[in-house]
Amino acid sequence: MRTVDLNEAAVRDLNQALHDQSDECTERDWQVLNPKGAHNLACGLDQNLSVEIQGHAGYFCAGMNKKATVTIEGNVGQGVAENMMSGVVRVKGNASQAAGATAHGGLLVIEGDAGARCGISLKGADIVVKGNVGHMSCFMAQAGSLVVCGDAGDALGDSLYEVHIYVKGEVKSLGADCVKKEMRPEHLEELTELLNRAGIDEDPAAFTRYGSARQLYNFKVDNAAAY
Amino acid sequence: MTEEKYLNAGLRESATFDRTAMAEIRRAAQSGIYDIRGFGAKRRLPHFDDLLFLGASMSRYPLEGYRETCNTSVTLGTRYAKNPITIDIPVTIAGMSFGALSANAKEALGRGASAVGTTTTTGDGGMTPEERGQSTKLVYQYLPSRYGMNPDDLRKADAIEVVLGQGAKPGGGGMLLGQKITDRVAEMRTLPKGIDQRSACRHPDWTGPDDLAIKILELREITDWKVPIYIKVGATRTYYDVKLAVKAGADVIVVDGMQGGTAATQDVFIEHVGIPTLAAIPQAVQALQEMGMHREVQLIVSGGIRNGADVAKCMALGADAVAIGTAALIALGCNHPKYAEEFKKIGSAPGFYDDYQEGKDPAGISTQNPELAARLDPVEGGHHLANYLRVLTLEAQTLARACGKSDLRNLEPEDLVALTVESAAMARVPLAGTQWVPGQSF
Repeated sequence: MRTVDLNEAAVRDLNQALHDQSDECTERDWQVLNPKGAHNLACGLDQNLSVEIQGHAGYFCAGMNKKATVTIEGNVGQGVAENMMSGVVRVKGNASQAAGATAHGGLLVIEGDAGARCGISLKGADIVVKGNVGHMSCFMAQAGSLVVCGDAGDALGDSLYEVHIYVKGEVKSLGADCVKKEMRPEHLEELTELLNRAGIDEDPAAFTRYGSARQLYNFKVDNAAAY
Repeated sequence: MTEEKYLNAGLRESATFDRTAMAEIRRAAQSGIYDIRGFGAKRRLPHFDDLLFLGASMSRYPLEGYRETCNTSVTLGTRYAKNPITIDIPVTIAGMSFGALSANAKEALGRGASAVGTTTTTGDGGMTPEERGQSTKLVYQYLPSRYGMNPDDLRKADAIEVVLGQGAKPGGGGMLLGQKITDRVAEMRTLPKGIDQRSACRHPDWTGPDDLAIKILELREITDWKVPIYIKVGATRTYYDVKLAVKAGADVIVVDGMQGGTAATQDVFIEHVGIPTLAAIPQAVQALQEMGMHREVQLIVSGGIRNGADVAKCMALGADAVAIGTAALIALGCNHPKYAEEFKKIGSAPGFYDDYQEGKDPAGISTQNPELAARLDPVEGGHHLANYLRVLTLEAQTLARACGKSDLRNLEPEDLVALTVESAAMARVPLAGTQWVPGQSF
């Protein structure tokens, strides 16, 4: 395992060293010490690496991740795993707003709570949150899934497209065009698989599914009040 | 009765409720929905035609038109990027999406720009292989929707343009109507075919200039600080926006005036939001100069640029380069009179067509209909665009030499005068024949 101590190295040095692994992988296991909330840690990775960040991280940690597994042993700031393409990002603590924003693929697991707009504009990734999510989660989300083992804040799934949302706890309110939906066997199967991949022990049958009513997909003047 | 006979008969048309206003009231009453269209602002605005150059005479020394060189190349992104971009002419192609435009149109833009050594720009919807393949210098737009956004394309780009807004709709998002959403467009945007694709007006993962500074650092980290990062704003509070963009770490700032085009926006938005390009440039230059960043952070200006005079006037006011969108489409054949009969069938006419959102463009440019799109030969289109870009450059050089300038960027406000009080105030140059700059002197 290669260790990078951010008391001694700059974020630029860390990221360059990780990016260099894309061309020729010489070390798969990495550990980052003393992150102290620095922004943009381990972003833009494109290799099957395992990166453990031993502490809190700032904005855009593991942004645009491809292939790598990034674990944060603490809290993260805004936009963790934003636009992730593949791989796994696991936050052991809480995540600030816009976690997993626009992510196209891969799995984001947040073991604590996630702030507002978790999964905003999601484009195919899966997000599993062990705790609660804030307001406007999955706003304009297009594809993928969001699993919330706790509660969801206001306006969940506002202007949703084709994302599958599963919530175990209370939903404070649903956003425009987001509705409660029947949990069919294929959804139970999907949820079971998501929970297993995230390593979270919950009963899928205790969740409720939410999705798009698809009433706002094409502009209609009759829906003017919803705009 | 002809119009002249109406007037001779004493009939009087209202200047307030003119025919356009009445037609819009009738249209709104009939449909119950606002008008969505493409193109840019159509109202008359103070513009570059209201400025004139002061050619050299006794007090200035001109350059020989066909003998003495006048440099047109500009290097963009010198502030932080390891690999700044040098363009041979100071006219770039503005961001326009595949989706709004056909793949052939995007390819033609790339071919034309590459032929004269300048950049073209992606748009909402991501980068197409045709576009990357035909563009030697390609700017990748980073937009609020993040449709088609992926780090591989980001790393393939020669520059990244973080789009905060555009001149046609500052503060607004976008809408690509369902009729233009083919399988390919839908797949690139990860949305079902045939639905209206809304583009957000704000970025999903940052808010405000402090966050933007961190976002720009992320983009630099992901691209290993290689490529320039632009920030594009629609012209509104340009002085403040430019200062904040510099502070956020931009290498290049793009200011798009309200004459800038769009593929689909509410008419009320296009015509009533933003400020004219002419008014935006001095604000931007002032902001850069006050920060000691003029020429360090390059300024690209767009919105209503049509000819080499417009290019030269932008540069005299302090821009480093310009970007064209609508003019480039016209060079490809948009609104061409040869399609008059077909325009008539869809209730329009050459020179008036602006329903880009409907995807029925007879010229095959703003469409995803394969039959229509096939009408535009990307090689021929690219050739026409390259010709047009050369003419813009030659015209700008002609004017610069007449002012005694061996580099287009040596043009300066002192070379200009204004024909109207409004344009003098906006451009901050004297009214012709006077020393009067409204707002600055009495």
